[in-house]
Amino acid sequence: MSIGAYEPVIGLEIHVQLRTQTKMFCGCPLSFGDPPNVHTCSVCLGLPGSLPVVNARAVHFGVMIGLALGSEIAERSLFHRKNYFYPDLPKGYQISQYDVPLCRGGRLGEVRIHRVHLEEDAAKLNHLGESGRIHGSDRSWVDFNRGGTPLVEIVTEPDIRSAEQAREWLTLLRTTLKTLGVSDVDMSQGSLRCDANVSVRPAGSAELGTKTELKNMNSFRFLERGVKAEIERQVRLLESGEPVVQETLHFDPASARLTPLRSKEEAHDYRYFPEPDLVPLVVTAEMRAAAGAEIPELPAERAGRFERELGLSADRARDFARRAELGDYFERALAEAGGPVAGDGAKGADGAPRAVDPVELANWIPQLVERIGSETDPADSKVAPRSLATLAAMVKAKEVSRDAARDVLTRLVQEGGDPRAVVEREGLGALGGEDQLVDVVDRAIASDPAAAEQVRAGNMKAIGPLVGYVMRETKGRADGKEVARLIRERVGAKS
Amino acid sequence: MSGELLELTAAAAGERVRAGELDPHELFEAYRERAAADDLGAFTWVADAPPATVPGDRPLAGVPLAVKDLFCTEGVPSQAGSRILEGYRPPYTATVVAKLADAGAPLLGKTNQDEFAMGSSNENSGFGPVLNPWDRGRVPGGSSGGSAAAVAAGLAPWAIGTDTGGSIRQPAALCGIVGLKPTYGACSRYGMIAFASSLDQAGPLTRDVTDAALLLRHMVGHDPCDSTSVEFPGEIATPRAEHLRGMRLGVPEELTAAGAGVEPGVRDSFEATLALAEELGAVVQQCRLPHAAHGLSAYYLIAPAEASANLARFDGVRYGLRADGDADLITMYSRTRAAGFGAEVKRRIMLGTYALSSGYYEAYYGSAQKVRTKISQDFNAAFEQFDFIVTPTSPWTAFELGAKTDDPLAMYLNDFCTVPMPLAGIPAISIPSGLANGLPVGFQLAGPAFSESRLLDAAYALEQAIGFDGRPARR
Repeated sequence: MSIGAYEPVIGLEIHVQLRTQTKMFCGCPLSFGDPPNVHTCSVCLGLPGSLPVVNARAVHFGVMIGLALGSEIAERSLFHRKNYFYPDLPKGYQISQYDVPLCRGGRLGEVRIHRVHLEEDAAKLNHLGESGRIHGSDRSWVDFNRGGTPLVEIVTEPDIRSAEQAREWLTLLRTTLKTLGVSDVDMSQGSLRCDANVSVRPAGSAELGTKTELKNMNSFRFLERGVKAEIERQVRLLESGEPVVQETLHFDPASARLTPLRSKEEAHDYRYFPEPDLVPLVVTAEMRAAAGAEIPELPAERAGRFERELGLSADRARDFARRAELGDYFERALAEAGGPVAGDGAKGADGAPRAVDPVELANWIPQLVERIGSETDPADSKVAPRSLATLAAMVKAKEVSRDAARDVLTRLVQEGGDPRAVVEREGLGALGGEDQLVDVVDRAIASDPAAAEQVRAGNMKAIGPLVGYVMRETKGRADGKEVARLIRERVGAKS
Repeated sequence: MSGELLELTAAAAGERVRAGELDPHELFEAYRERAAADDLGAFTWVADAPPATVPGDRPLAGVPLAVKDLFCTEGVPSQAGSRILEGYRPPYTATVVAKLADAGAPLLGKTNQDEFAMGSSNENSGFGPVLNPWDRGRVPGGSSGGSAAAVAAGLAPWAIGTDTGGSIRQPAALCGIVGLKPTYGACSRYGMIAFASSLDQAGPLTRDVTDAALLLRHMVGHDPCDSTSVEFPGEIATPRAEHLRGMRLGVPEELTAAGAGVEPGVRDSFEATLALAEELGAVVQQCRLPHAAHGLSAYYLIAPAEASANLARFDGVRYGLRADGDADLITMYSRTRAAGFGAEVKRRIMLGTYALSSGYYEAYYGSAQKVRTKISQDFNAAFEQFDFIVTPTSPWTAFELGAKTDDPLAMYLNDFCTVPMPLAGIPAISIPSGLANGLPVGFQLAGPAFSESRLLDAAYALEQAIGFDGRPARR
């Protein structure tokens, strides 16, 4: 099997619970973790005679999302009824949007957006029994607290080409939504849910293969694993000459297996028709303007600013913007940094020199992440943003060597505290100037005359062992560059 | 005393209460006793006692109200004429019922109806048919047959019902009373157990036009719980017109031509009423509603389509009937719905489901919506030349029980003249125009959206001229 001979084509369908005060079509408060069925009313229980009324705040959030994704906002969109029977759907239909959605088109990063629409969430089913699914369970209970929670469904174009990219892009979307403040976007709580449409085709082919739909991948890791597993499965099928069957697959996180959903759960004709209980949804220029005014700086803009104003590399700027907690930590450290020091061109917006060189500071953030783990928000670590800024400033000022600073950071991660105090206590301050270093440099040259001779002759590759000797002797406190310069000087190297 | 009392129109009874000549408790009790002794099958529930206070000082002066079963009334059975909702007592009250109670019309009882308002004879009720007080071997019309029979028989001073394709006007006609279907959106639908959401409207069934105006005045208005409701422009006036001078009445060829199947007796009464209208100063002319004759076909796609979704909630999970609780889910669904719904409801659910199915949607539901738009345009065009469109309300007088139960199409033709108006969302009123072979005939006037006050005025002038004083023989 050669995966390389095939190109995966992936599109995502994302459901986002909106963080409104009340439900999509009634006045019940949204809730998480409350006792079952305490936040219900005649509307969200689908009692006879009840009628839906659209939540204006949900529309506002929907428009914000559309604007943030560069979508075209429909001045007039329609709600439809999506009909199917299921115990989590009290009316026997879901109020959703169909052929005239709130938003069409748009783009986020490298992925085009197909549409964005508003709908209501289903209630939560709890199945008693081993399977945890409705088939084969002895009893099922319905908790209507979640029923009617406002949802936005975001559908992408099939622009994603790998499982890793799917995960990466979903991270960007999550950050964008989080920045907008419209949702908790927590996959483990179900406020962000992602289905994936996956197909593969021979590399270079323009035709799309048969797709399958993957459901229930309730973490970023599972999304990547599920999509990867499905790509591999489809390639195996095609390699052995078997067709891919269009079906919906359920991802089981425990086994990482994909199992087809039963056809009875699948074979739906939803019989969409315009919801006669609601009038068309009109978005006025005022509503658009109000939504636009509430959109803060989004990840793409932030990355641009990091690159343009702070001199970060494009990759790093994008990384900090996509993982907003890194960007936030970085900016806080920058803001909290102490007195001005010289930095290479690192001027603030007002032209005054910054307290700390942003590029140097930015270099230290991956170091911190490496030590605390990528799942942890650095703001939750023992390293105060100000401490990291101080450490970066000390390195820049050669008060501590880069190697020693790494040890200091390790200690800060473990114990917290002020880096200056750690440096002093542990005696890790940089060995500055020739006076402190010249003896040990001379000893290094004496210890390896052959290497010294090669360095003198201009072979700079030979300098490594000599520098290593000095660093060992000084326990990393010396500055590598300065050591190398001194060695060359002492052996009389040809420059 | 109580005999005379029960002869009063609601407005007249209210006047006496306000004048201090009549104790509203006594009024309520007189009607309560009468309703409790109902042998027409008109009521499905009657209050067992008057409310603690009968609000004689409010605009409706404590005159008790009969309410069609499908209006939700808190703690009181609200079954929409269906066994699937047997014993269902909602936790809230429909907006219109609450408004009328606030205005001083306390709940007397709930009236029988065709199941989920699907029917034109009241024979589709899960709780037995309603008998027409004019002839107990005949139907009262439907679906608001219980409300119409109760008012006609003097079991209630007035009542409210709902009209989707004629369900207020046709039983009003067959029972010899006044029935008005307001403009779509005039009255809140919140708490009305839905049949077809884009057509359903609440309206009054009363002994005369004045009572209809009084009741309607306190029903209309925007309800924050119903997005399709609107603020009614102006107040519903008390009708006072004594003539129809300057009024132009259009008689649509399509609904009244020989092919429309209007019975001779009904036609005679209709023509006599037109002659009377001319005597009152109106100009009566033929007009065209080119697509109106297709109204019935469009209606029987749109209404069942919406109903198929509206009735999906009756699934045995949360309330109402549940058959075989231990069966698997799909079996429980099918057994519950098979046992709970009557034949006509099942027929319409299947019809509607089919009309919305993938591959058929455009041909059926889509085409029906286009016809609906055309009918609306026809009315708009007609109202540029005419103040009102007039037709017989029903092609027939009350027919015998069982006469049409085996022929759904013949039954549907009852609504031939009443269906175009709800499709266009416009108001229409039926008033008694006389008797044919001893049975009441209804005369229908339809006006532009929100023309209720003018419509009531015209109906009032005609009512005075007709002088219909027919009452079914009382026991």
